[in-house]
Amino acid sequence: MHTDTKVTGHSGQVQAGGHDVGHGHASDLAHHFENHYQQHEAGNLGMWMFLSTEVLFFGGMFGAYTVYRYKFEKVFEQASNILDPLLGGINTIILLFSSVTMALAVRSAQQGKGKAIVGWMAATIIFGLAFLGVKAFEWKHDFAIHVFPTKDFCWSYAREMHKTHQHPEYKPNAPAKFYEEDAKNPESKQGKLFFFLYFTMTGLHGLHMIIGFGIMAVIMVYAWNGYYTKNYFVPVESVGLYWHFVDLVWIFLYPLLYLLGAHLASH
Amino acid sequence: MSAHDHHEEMHPPAPVWMYVVNFLVLVVLTIVTYFVATKDLGAMSTPVALGIAVVKAGLVVLFFMHVFESGPLTKLTIFSSLFMVAVLCGFFLVDYSTRNLEVLPPEETAPVVEKSAKS
Repeated sequence: MHTDTKVTGHSGQVQAGGHDVGHGHASDLAHHFENHYQQHEAGNLGMWMFLSTEVLFFGGMFGAYTVYRYKFEKVFEQASNILDPLLGGINTIILLFSSVTMALAVRSAQQGKGKAIVGWMAATIIFGLAFLGVKAFEWKHDFAIHVFPTKDFCWSYAREMHKTHQHPEYKPNAPAKFYEEDAKNPESKQGKLFFFLYFTMTGLHGLHMIIGFGIMAVIMVYAWNGYYTKNYFVPVESVGLYWHFVDLVWIFLYPLLYLLGAHLASH
Repeated sequence: MSAHDHHEEMHPPAPVWMYVVNFLVLVVLTIVTYFVATKDLGAMSTPVALGIAVVKAGLVVLFFMHVFESGPLTKLTIFSSLFMVAVLCGFFLVDYSTRNLEVLPPEETAPVVEKSAKS
């Protein structure tokens, strides 16, 4: 596909006005743009528009978090304390690694190095998978101590397991006495609310990463085949912006979910 | 078009050291925020943690996302979305902090009522 790009695509200064002279301009410049710069800026702005809707999408959840944390401050800190801030911190750094490799993938695109794009994106996917691996490890423990917010949720059991540093195997239900304790303790519902927000926010963040893997896989195939040029790499840059956005969401999730209760004892 | 040709060229790639330095600063800030959070700073802990997060986010947006060299329209787009989220969260807080709206049935909010009665 597009193997003739570089031959005819030497100059973007050819008048792009006439649709009737379809071969008179670079094949990596769409008819309706004046030049490569304008084409690049338009694509870039479009991606930022999409990212603004993503900010609002996550913003709704940050809004819900704000309200309930304000109302149930003490229990939110105790619930946050159950999460491991060290694992969250390690994951933050893994995600930063994936961001820098993605930035270098976009840089390779700016230099027109298709194979290098593939390499850096592969590294990004590997770091992304490492992040999800740590997350899966955390979630396995979270399920075992019954903090997943279904009817099996058990606040006092989770608190007890956390306090005594236990890592139980998953069983469908916590021991009955803990449910009885929960029924008497109104704070259990507030703790459940924290974990509802925790699983929704980190789950949607993880889903964004998985979608990112899919988009990167497609871009890598195109890049390998030399589809992108120094003057046309909007898709590479857009997936880069998307990935950095995913990193940004985590930069805020980390202090709000993991560090909120990190100063409390018992971990 | 020729009058402003120099504005209409593709940006050259940024040097690799810019990405490496940015990455290292972000890692250091992550380590700092972790250790600061393990200390009890009382009311200051949230502003400090969020302040560090905002600085980190700024570094990602400016350098990894190349906003330091993007045009005013991109900057306006970013600003407007952040502004709307700030309005959302800000007005939520104004609303919820100025009236006693019960989210759960009264008996379940009892500890909260007790807490606010103390303070």
